[in-house]
Amino acid sequence: MTVSENNNEIDDFTGVETTGHEWDGVKELNNPMPRWWLIIFYVSVIWSIGYWVLMPSWPGLTGYLKGTREHSERENVDVALAAVNAERSVQMKQLLSVSSMTEIERDPQLLEYSMAAGGSLFGDNCATCHGAGGQGFPGYPSLVDDEWIWGGSLDEIRQTLHFGIRSTHPDTRLNIMQAFGRDGLLTREQISDVTEYVLDISGQDSDAEAAARGAPLFAQQCTSCHGVDGRGNQALGAPNLTDGIWLYGGDPSVIRQTIYNGRGGVMPFWTDRLTDEQIVALSVYVHSLGGGE
Amino acid sequence: MDTSAPNSDATTVTRIEVEAVNAPEKRNLYKAREAIYPKNVHGKYRKLKWFVLVLTLGIYYLIPWVRWPRGPGEPDQAVLVDFAGSRFYFFAIEIWPDELYYVTGLLIIAALGLFLATALFGRVWCGYTCPQTVWTDLFIAVERIIEGDRNKRIKLDRAPWTADKITKKVSKHAIWLLIAMATGGAWILYFHDAPSLAADFFRGQAPFTAYFYCALLTFTTYIFAGSMREQVCTYMCPWPRIQASLTDEHTLQVSYKVDRGEPRGPHKKGDGWEDRGDCVSCRACVAACPMGIDIREGAQLECINCALCIDACDDIMAKVDRPFSLIGYDTDANVELRKTGKKPRFQFIRVRTIVYGVALVIVAAIMVATLMTRATVNLSITRDRTPPYVKLSDGAIRNAYTLKVVNRDNIERSFRITIDGIETADVTAIGEDFSGENDIIMAGGDGARTLRLFVTMPPDAVTTSSMPLVFSATDVVSGETAVKNTTFLSGEK
Repeated sequence: MTVSENNNEIDDFTGVETTGHEWDGVKELNNPMPRWWLIIFYVSVIWSIGYWVLMPSWPGLTGYLKGTREHSERENVDVALAAVNAERSVQMKQLLSVSSMTEIERDPQLLEYSMAAGGSLFGDNCATCHGAGGQGFPGYPSLVDDEWIWGGSLDEIRQTLHFGIRSTHPDTRLNIMQAFGRDGLLTREQISDVTEYVLDISGQDSDAEAAARGAPLFAQQCTSCHGVDGRGNQALGAPNLTDGIWLYGGDPSVIRQTIYNGRGGVMPFWTDRLTDEQIVALSVYVHSLGGGE
Repeated sequence: MDTSAPNSDATTVTRIEVEAVNAPEKRNLYKAREAIYPKNVHGKYRKLKWFVLVLTLGIYYLIPWVRWPRGPGEPDQAVLVDFAGSRFYFFAIEIWPDELYYVTGLLIIAALGLFLATALFGRVWCGYTCPQTVWTDLFIAVERIIEGDRNKRIKLDRAPWTADKITKKVSKHAIWLLIAMATGGAWILYFHDAPSLAADFFRGQAPFTAYFYCALLTFTTYIFAGSMREQVCTYMCPWPRIQASLTDEHTLQVSYKVDRGEPRGPHKKGDGWEDRGDCVSCRACVAACPMGIDIREGAQLECINCALCIDACDDIMAKVDRPFSLIGYDTDANVELRKTGKKPRFQFIRVRTIVYGVALVIVAAIMVATLMTRATVNLSITRDRTPPYVKLSDGAIRNAYTLKVVNRDNIERSFRITIDGIETADVTAIGEDFSGENDIIMAGGDGARTLRLFVTMPPDAVTTSSMPLVFSATDVVSGETAVKNTTFLSGEK
């Protein structure tokens, strides 16, 4: 075994001094670092010192060292967002300058813009109840079919969005489907008869005798809102009972439950939470989902 | 170079004190690079290299300034990579981001071309056209003009720091930096309208990215061509490693004809040439080598085949009155042929070159064919998935589709939208009276038009859960048509 000046063993095979470290007979050669590696290492050290001075680096007890450039990603995002919003507000204002909202749909550029803005607003605010595609769920109206309780024109949709339905806003759309059973307005038997009558006018299987008994009860209790023929009234927010679309369901048991307990779903008002421009864009988007009148 | 006829009073050649410092046994990762002082040569390959240098640098620096009128609203720069407008312009060709496969095709052609050239002529890319070679060559020329040729440069580097040395060194680095800045400056012009960006750049009003990339390429050009030079090829570049698999014994390579040169040795004027080789051990080839190697050691990873040693050696061969091309373009196969006394020959047509050549032609033909038949209208259809279909109050079924008609032309065009597959369907659209003859929509030039369409089927017409539906957009003037297949879903079993 040859020994180097530093009293370290020299590896016979390579002729290089070892560090004296040994693991299971494997010894570490004491080669110097390659030059390119050293250069990168020293450049990195110098770089890091410059970085500490210029950029936020060291944490402190109450905050952190901000660096001479006072760089802040948080502020950069705020600035970038403000710039985007400023640019958007120009186009957004155009949405309010049209005389009627159908103009927006006639203008490919405004339409495209409303669809993009409305689409993201819908996803953020509406999809939770109405579904990602506006398909609705029992109790939450579908926005893609052709039945509208309060009206499906652009202006009616806009009105609903602004003030809601049975919301806490003073201008809210409001009506009451009474709890005929719970409040004792009709007996259980009478409710069953009215249910059979509703099944009959909506074209479903029904007991003809019971339906005949229910007809005068319907005329007495229901026609003021739902109309003599049961086709509903959008001005009052009374649904059409004669077609194949049901908000809560068209089964006998669900209809019976609806008549017994009444219904009172709430749509919140958005006039405080969204800007007028956003509500216009959202109205156009909802109208374009397929159900718009 | 003067190809003078052999003359009788050939001069004695003096040996140059030079070592192949970039040979593997001389290099060491732990010590500083040994400087290489390439000696200037004159000859046909040096002339060819000057020509390629002027041509390639001329293309690089001037192309952004070439104008190519495309009409109003379109950039008039012949070659432009417009990231902001997401377009790539190359003279008459305009490529959209979704047509990036044209760039892929171009890269495949470039790769196959490189393979073919390498299989035929060895590392001609490295020796003549690689940017590293071209800019290093230019930097060495600047160095020679200011500091003198090899011997003067060595002397200057060893000399103490005098005013003269400082002047020379400062002016050399200043010119290098100017060239490097011009290189970085030309690079950014490929990404923006050149005249306006150049004006903004000098007024300090160009975007940060312009200054950043200009500085980055200035830095890399200055460092790579000024101080790193052959180290880029030896350590950083993967091509020397790849090219070994592309060459064979018939590939032309810059070679020392060992069968003719050996045994080598100094030659005195008047001595005979019997029982010895033509190599006079003058080391002119080593002194000329920008890579710092000795070509007489055979084919080497470090050799970029720049052919400067051929010119250097031919110069000596003229002096000692021996035939040219002791170092020249040769093949390994020819060395073997000459050793066995056979006549050397060049075999360019081989399985390898045929395969590369055919592949190159096929890819180029496909590229040209697709470019010639490039569609200027595209149609995409997105069918609503939530919900997949809507049942209306009267029992009818409706599907909603979002059409996107892409007009790649620069003028506004009218497209007739037709739907085949369902005769009884009722079609409506948002913002359009989409019925009867009013099935035409306008799409602006160089843009896209989105249209939301509803197809409604009466209850009795719905027969299966999924019916095929074919949308097409037809240019009412030219008749060009884009077709897309989709389905109509009804939920019926």
